[in-house]
Amino acid sequence: MLTEQSLQTKAGWLEERLGLSSIRAFLAHKTVPVHSGTMWYYFGGITLFLFMIQASTGILLLLYYRPTPTEAYESVQFIMTRVQFGWLIRSIHSWAANLMILSAFIHMFSVALLHAYRRPRELTWLSGVALLGLLLGFGFSGYLLPWNTVSYFATKVGTDLAASVPAIGPALARFLRGGDDVGGATLTRFFGFHVVVLPAITAALLMLHLAQVQRHGISSPPKIEARWSGQGLAVPQMPFLPNFLLRELMAWYAALGLLGALAAFLPWELGEKADPFVSAPAGIRPEWYFLAPFYTLKLIPSHIWIFEGELVGFLGFGLLAVWWAGLPFWATSRQGELRSRLVTGAGVALMAYLAMFSILGYWR
Amino acid sequence: MNAPLARLLLLTGLAPLSLSAAGKDSCLDCHASLSGSLQEPVARFANDIHRQAGIGCATCHGGDNTSTDPKISMSPARGFTGKIARTKVPALCAKCHSDAGYMQKFKPQQRVDQFAQYQTSVHGKRLAAGDAAAANCVDCHSVHDIREVKNALSPVHPLRLPETCARCHASATHMAGYKLPVTQFEEYRTSVHWEALSKRRDLSAPSCASCHGNHGAKPPQATSVAAVCGTCHALQEDLYKKSPHQPVFSGMGVAGCVACHTNHGVQSPSEKMLAGDGAVCVQCHDAESAGGKVAAGMHGLIRGLESSVARSSAILLRARVAGMEVSDSLLRLQEAQEALVKARVAVHAFRTDAVGQPVKEGMKIAEQSFRDGQSAMQERDVRRAGLAVSLIAILITIAGLWLAIRRIEARRMEPQER
Repeated sequence: MLTEQSLQTKAGWLEERLGLSSIRAFLAHKTVPVHSGTMWYYFGGITLFLFMIQASTGILLLLYYRPTPTEAYESVQFIMTRVQFGWLIRSIHSWAANLMILSAFIHMFSVALLHAYRRPRELTWLSGVALLGLLLGFGFSGYLLPWNTVSYFATKVGTDLAASVPAIGPALARFLRGGDDVGGATLTRFFGFHVVVLPAITAALLMLHLAQVQRHGISSPPKIEARWSGQGLAVPQMPFLPNFLLRELMAWYAALGLLGALAAFLPWELGEKADPFVSAPAGIRPEWYFLAPFYTLKLIPSHIWIFEGELVGFLGFGLLAVWWAGLPFWATSRQGELRSRLVTGAGVALMAYLAMFSILGYWR
Repeated sequence: MNAPLARLLLLTGLAPLSLSAAGKDSCLDCHASLSGSLQEPVARFANDIHRQAGIGCATCHGGDNTSTDPKISMSPARGFTGKIARTKVPALCAKCHSDAGYMQKFKPQQRVDQFAQYQTSVHGKRLAAGDAAAANCVDCHSVHDIREVKNALSPVHPLRLPETCARCHASATHMAGYKLPVTQFEEYRTSVHWEALSKRRDLSAPSCASCHGNHGAKPPQATSVAAVCGTCHALQEDLYKKSPHQPVFSGMGVAGCVACHTNHGVQSPSEKMLAGDGAVCVQCHDAESAGGKVAAGMHGLIRGLESSVARSSAILLRARVAGMEVSDSLLRLQEAQEALVKARVAVHAFRTDAVGQPVKEGMKIAEQSFRDGQSAMQERDVRRAGLAVSLIAILITIAGLWLAIRRIEARRMEPQER
């Protein structure tokens, strides 16, 4: 039986090696601003929680998944029909992927609209945007892995679009496919990206992102700060531990319940096995998070002045991405004044564009 | 170029060269400047396969198409014949189309027996007897704008052939002299064959020529109808030939297949033809006769398998909609569906045991599929019950967390002085 003395001895042993008291002290002083927009702070944590779900369910799927065209579909079918709770793991993995990307988008736009990217949080913003790009990469590479008809042809469309990227397009498409067309080499390659390359880069960037959040704390919106400072007061804060963490846990549990409900009531379908020799089914389209650029490219005429339409489209998307990633740098004037209206307008316009073109892309 | 020379070039396969060498065709040049029926062939001829192969007007009409002087180009001395009499059209076409050596230069596998077949047809015989109204080559293939059969604009393209035949055979005026019915096309348009041809655009679906022949067109004999239908429905023909109906129908001079399915207006067959309202068996067999009992027995067997397959299909589809993975069972159920097709084909043996065999196999598969569907639905219920328990646990945890937060935050956070 453990006595108080023996417990203290063990705690002392751990303290000597891990320095837990400094971590406890750091967390005890860590606070989160309390205001009307506090709820948006939870989405970073929800995205992290869903990422952890992805990592754990992904590892379980790896136990049975086989990344070859002859076995991939059958192995996923085996997981769904023969493996105990395999259907749940696979369905949660697919649903959590979508919810994670949705949550990451919400997190990004809430950071933009709450102007939390300001100095000295530029690296937090940049690493966050890069992480969103990586999550989209996870989505694109993971979509092919069940090797069903829809995923096969959606990957064909996606890699065909990659071939239209100016200058490096054909080489990029060939690199992605591992050949001239989507086939076994593509599947192996995408599997490698999905389970090794992307997780490794994501883990590194995630550490940087979280370290930055820890270092600079959580930002208060400038308007809220101004309102309180006008009264000679600081923005009210709640302790991170336990107040915010317990609330975050509530959000995680809610996300877990939603995932379970989706997996039970709307299990992710497996579809038909991919057959490269049949024609593409009608109305093939990418996953929802790629619909807006996909539909935009469809609308662009084949030629704009002397340039190819797709080339103009890709240049446009490239410039838009660079401009948005550079938000912390153009959001502040040379005089150090925040261009909050411009940022809010740009954020709202970008959200409206993504929402509208995604809906149009889905229905048309 | 004079007519004998033209024929010589045609026979030696050098006609296309001769035209291209000449560059111009004076027939077309002059007729283009005329009007009405004398000008009309010029525009149409541009789409004609003969024109595209370099064959000009003089090949059929004679004359010299290298001369711009009408007295020379249309000189009888140079073989000019002008308008070709309807009774002479088939023989004229046959000069080239029956010449294997000549046709080989254009299409190595082109058949050359059309004229020989035509002469055996009702059309050919009537024409030979001097009936100029009997159909000849141009009535079906058109004239001056003849296209390949596979060209969708050709009047003999599979999709257009029924309408082409109907131009004469649905015309009461045209058929009056031959005492032939004119309802075939209307009947055909209600048939399952027409549906396959016109709605599914199935070019292999039977139309007029499939049963009557094309160049050798004539009505099939009653005794050969089964063989005609059997070109596509081989299994049914085989079973029918061994069935008790075959000698009876043959003895009566009744066309086997037509007796039950009709000819031009063939409807989609079903077990409803065996018993109940609209059944065809009762036309000869009353319900209490041995034949009537066999028909009712076959009907019951097929209906039994059909409803069993439908029941299994319904539960598996419900399971699939609920997100259950049942693709293997659905695939297996297709074997039961195939057994149902086999049972319907086996009806042509007119024996209960012949239908019973595929029905037995199909029932076994359908019942297994139904059990798979039941298992999948039970699994769905277990999942949902599990979810309900999990959700309750999650909600209790969330409530507990909320209470913990409230307890911790009992002391309200007040704004702090800067």
